[in-house]
Amino acid sequence: MKFARPALSRDLLVLTAALLASGPVLAQDVAALRARSLAATCAQCHGTDGRAPPGSAMATLANMPAAYMTEQMKAFKSGTRPGTVMQQIAKGYSDAQIAQLAAYFAQPSVGSQP
Amino acid sequence: MNRRDLLKFGGAVSGLGSVGLAGCAMTSVGAPDSARVLVVGGGYGGATAAKYVRMLSEYKIDVVLVEPESAFVSCPISNLVLAGGRSLSDITRPYDTLRSMHGVRVVRDTVAGIDPVKRVAVLASGGSVRYDKLVLSPGVEMMWDGVAGLREANEQGRILQAWKAGPETVALRRQLEAMPDGGTFAITIPVAPYRCPPGPYERATVIAGYFKTAKPKSKVLILDANEDVTSKPALFKKVWAESYKGMVEYRPQHRATAVDAATRTVKFEIQDDVRADVLNVLPPMRAGAIAVQTGLATSNARWCNVNYLNFESTVAAHIHVIGDSIQIAPAMPKSAHMASSHAKVAAAAIVAELNGWEVNPQPMLSNTCYSFVDDQRVIHVASVHEYVAAEKTFKTVPGSGGVSAAPNELEGALAMSWARSIWADALA
Repeated sequence: MKFARPALSRDLLVLTAALLASGPVLAQDVAALRARSLAATCAQCHGTDGRAPPGSAMATLANMPAAYMTEQMKAFKSGTRPGTVMQQIAKGYSDAQIAQLAAYFAQPSVGSQP
Repeated sequence: MNRRDLLKFGGAVSGLGSVGLAGCAMTSVGAPDSARVLVVGGGYGGATAAKYVRMLSEYKIDVVLVEPESAFVSCPISNLVLAGGRSLSDITRPYDTLRSMHGVRVVRDTVAGIDPVKRVAVLASGGSVRYDKLVLSPGVEMMWDGVAGLREANEQGRILQAWKAGPETVALRRQLEAMPDGGTFAITIPVAPYRCPPGPYERATVIAGYFKTAKPKSKVLILDANEDVTSKPALFKKVWAESYKGMVEYRPQHRATAVDAATRTVKFEIQDDVRADVLNVLPPMRAGAIAVQTGLATSNARWCNVNYLNFESTVAAHIHVIGDSIQIAPAMPKSAHMASSHAKVAAAAIVAELNGWEVNPQPMLSNTCYSFVDDQRVIHVASVHEYVAAEKTFKTVPGSGGVSAAPNELEGALAMSWARSIWADALA
C-alpha cells in the first residue's frame, strides 16, 4: 500500500468484510457513512476527521470527549460561550446532530492518522 | 468534439481506461472491483470530491482526477498576493499528496469531450477514460464576449481578470507596483451570480490597504453592475468610510460593456466612461466550458441544474456537477468552501449509490467566507444549509449564520488557519 491508511479503515473493513460474508449490507454501514458525512461539514475549518493542521488556530475535534463537545456546541448555540463564527454555525445543527457529531469525533480511531 | 470524433477512439477503454491502481490492496473488498469515479477539475470541488470518494468508500472505489494544471493554486488568499503580503507560492499546493496519501490517480490533461451515454470521457491528449460516475467540477469560464474588446486586451496582458489565481495574479501585482503614486486602480464587477461574491470588494479593500502605506495619493474605484454591494455590504462600506476615506469610491449600477486597452478606458451601459491607470475587469461568468459543451448548462445557458440531493445533473445521469458551475440554491454562494461542501455530499451519495445503498435524505452544507480588509483584519460571512425534501432544495437553517460584528485581527488568524485546513482537507 502506497498511501496512508485512513482513520477507521481497519475497523470498518473488518466490519464490512464480516457483513458481506454474512449476507446483505446492514444498516450500520449506511449509518457510518452518514455520520462521517455529517462530520465532514466541520472539516473545512477543523481538518479532515477533526484533525486540525499543526499550529492551527482552530480546535482539534478528533478524540474530543463527547460530553465536552456537546456542552461546548450547546454553549455556542445558546450564546453563553462567546465566539466569532461558531455561535452562528452551531445554530445550524439540531441537538440530535450535535450528539451524532460528538459521538463520531470521540471515537479513538478518528484521531489515528498523523 | 463531436460524436464521430469520439467514436474514433473505438469504445470505452483505451490508454488510461485499462490502468488499475497497483498497490491498492483494498480494492478487492466490498464494492465491485470495476467501480470507477472520474473527477474532472482539481479545484476546491474536484480535489475534495476525489479524496472523499476514496476515503468514504474505505479506499475501494477507483478514482481518476483529470486536471490540466501542475499544482493547486487557491483563489482564496490570492487577493493578499495582489496586496503584496503573500506570494503565489504561499497559495500553491501540490497534487501529489492525493496520489501518495489517498491513491487517487492524478492525470495532467484536459477532458475534451464526454459521452454521457457510453460513460466515457475523451482526453485532449487522445486517451479516454471509462467511468461509472463522473464528478464535473470545471469552475467558471469567463464570458469574454460580454465586454467588447476585453478578450484581446486580456490576451495582450493589458487588462487582467486575475479571477483564476495564477500567472495573472502575479501580473496584476506587477501592474499595481508599477503604478505611480496618485494613480487610480479600478475594478469592475459583473451582475451576480459570479464566482466569490465578496471577492471583488475584498480585492478593492486590500489594494487600498497597500496604497495607504505605499502610494497614499492613489485611488481605488469600484464599478459594480449590481444595485449594491453583494456580500457583507454594511461591513465593507464601514471599512471604506473609516479606514479608506477619500481613497475608495464605490459606484453601483455600472455595467461594463466595452474596454479600450490603449487608453485604459471602460465603457458602461448607462454611466460615463471611466479611465484608470490599472484596470481589473471581471466579465460575466458561466459554468466551465466542458459543462456547457456537454449540454449540462440548462439554466440560461450559463449554469448547470442539479438534483441537490446528490448533485447529479438533471439532464445527464451519472454526471454529478459541483462547485461554481451549478445553478445555485437560495442563499448559496459560489465559494471555495461551498464547492468543498458540494463535493462531500456528492462523494457520499456516489459511494452510497455504487454500494446500492439509499442516498442520505438529509445532507448538510456548511460555508464560511473570510474577507481581509487590510493585511491583518478580517470580516466573515457564515451559513449552514440543510436539504429540504419538500422543496427539493437546500435552504439555510433558520437562525443560523451571520457576519462579523466588526473587522478584527482574531479572524485574521482564523482565516489563515481556515486556508491551511481546507487545503489539507482537499489535498492531503
